[in-house]
Amino acid sequence: MAFFLQNLVNALQWGSFYALIALGYSMVYSILMLFNFAHGDIFMVGAYIGFGVATGLMVLASLWAFTLPGWLILVLTILLSMFLTSFLGMFVERVGYRPLREAPRASAAITGLMIGIILEILILWGMGTQRVSFPSLIDTVTYNIGGVFITNKKIMIVAISLSFMLALHLFIKKTRWGMAMRAMAFDYVVVPLMGVSINHIARMTFAIGSALAAVAGILFGVAYPVLDPYMGIIFGWKAFVAAILGGRGSIMGATLAGFLLGFIEIFVAMIFPSTLRDLIAYSIVLLILVFRPYGFFGEPYSAKLRL
Amino acid sequence: MLLSVENLQVSYDKIKALHGVNFDIDEGEIVTIIGANGAGKSTTLRAISRMVPVDEGTRMTFQDKDLLKYAADKVVSQLGISHVPEGRRLFGNLTVLENLKLATFARKDRENIVKDIERVFAIFPRLDERKTQKAGTLSGGEQQMLAIGRAFMSGRKIMLLDEPSMGLAPLLMLNVFEALKEINKEGTTILLVEQNARMALKFAGRGYVLESGNLVLEGPSEELLENPEVKKAYLGG
Repeated sequence: MAFFLQNLVNALQWGSFYALIALGYSMVYSILMLFNFAHGDIFMVGAYIGFGVATGLMVLASLWAFTLPGWLILVLTILLSMFLTSFLGMFVERVGYRPLREAPRASAAITGLMIGIILEILILWGMGTQRVSFPSLIDTVTYNIGGVFITNKKIMIVAISLSFMLALHLFIKKTRWGMAMRAMAFDYVVVPLMGVSINHIARMTFAIGSALAAVAGILFGVAYPVLDPYMGIIFGWKAFVAAILGGRGSIMGATLAGFLLGFIEIFVAMIFPSTLRDLIAYSIVLLILVFRPYGFFGEPYSAKLRL
Repeated sequence: MLLSVENLQVSYDKIKALHGVNFDIDEGEIVTIIGANGAGKSTTLRAISRMVPVDEGTRMTFQDKDLLKYAADKVVSQLGISHVPEGRRLFGNLTVLENLKLATFARKDRENIVKDIERVFAIFPRLDERKTQKAGTLSGGEQQMLAIGRAFMSGRKIMLLDEPSMGLAPLLMLNVFEALKEINKEGTTILLVEQNARMALKFAGRGYVLESGNLVLEGPSEELLENPEVKKAYLGG
């Protein structure tokens, strides 16, 4: 039982990363009918930006000889990195996708992949080939609850992820910008007739998705403090799988599917050799899609691309 | 003159849909464009609301402002031109109230919005009863009411209506046109595009007849209703 609960805790943390990244995929797909295949690399850049901001804050603090508590640095790092990474998202939208809005979807997909490669090379170029280690901002405290080991970091990671997911959910349900996003997901062609600029909503969606990816990147850095320029590739693909599994445009679906992927991976690794983990885990995902081709919360959908 | 359209040309994939259409609308008028399916009626409205690109040589002004300088969303939010599109195109996943509120997204006069929503509910009491329901669950008539209500919320100098009678039972159709008359009396100019020519001409003060991308006839509605060619082609003999 303790063994099971231990894995459950790990799966929750692992799933948080997938879920946070999957939300960005899902939002962009639902409003623009395109997959932003650069999103995994935006997560990676977000982690590096977090690394830069955290390091910068620590240097500043030591220069001016005052002490910033680690948790405060972490909070500031998350907020500043979200802000900075959102600009990367908006830039990608403006330069990479907006000119292709009427182009075939395959062109947009390829563009995403290319932007991803460019981001990887830029980071490689700027940071060198060596992996960098994310500064340890808070000390790990381990609690033993009935044989299950839970660290303060795990609790924090899951709590922060869930808070952002809840905040996003409320934003989309309650605000007029969220309302515009939902409208755009339903029928984006007529949105301008409401006096709403498609470009504004698209830009905002990329900004939010990228900010959440930055949160995932920093939390990942806190949990596994080694960053490398290719870390976004596999995470990106798996989060993409979660977005599909969740169903088109469903925030709830992407969240649940992100966590589910975490669970499947961790529990498969619990039973089978870890080299077979992804093989078995993604066969299970494939099987789910056979029975639910539109994902958990998706519905059959045909886009109207003209007024 | 409120709206002036000169030499309006639109092409879809290099095939001309409109071959240089000219017409004007004065403030407060109700004008209709009638014509067969595929004549270019919807395209005309889409060109005015900047939803389709126009060809070189087209000139359109609204209150002496060059329409071609405005993007589709600015046509609504800055010029007050609203468009009820063909097939209504409501946001079925949003509630009735949300559909109305979304249409006010860019409005600066926040204080008037509540009042305007009440006005819509006064014109269409059915929408008030259904305000928390998803728009996708409404009947055809209610959907048309909501589409008009939504346009009322977004911009009110002129309302472009694309086939509002489509799919409605005759009685419901009369209700919708009554409501439009009321909206017009309160100062909204109306440009109506219809296949149901008899209904449209009875409702409008003036009309134009569009055939394969050209305006071939124009005049006061009473004249068009008596015109033998119009009678033969559009009023069933």
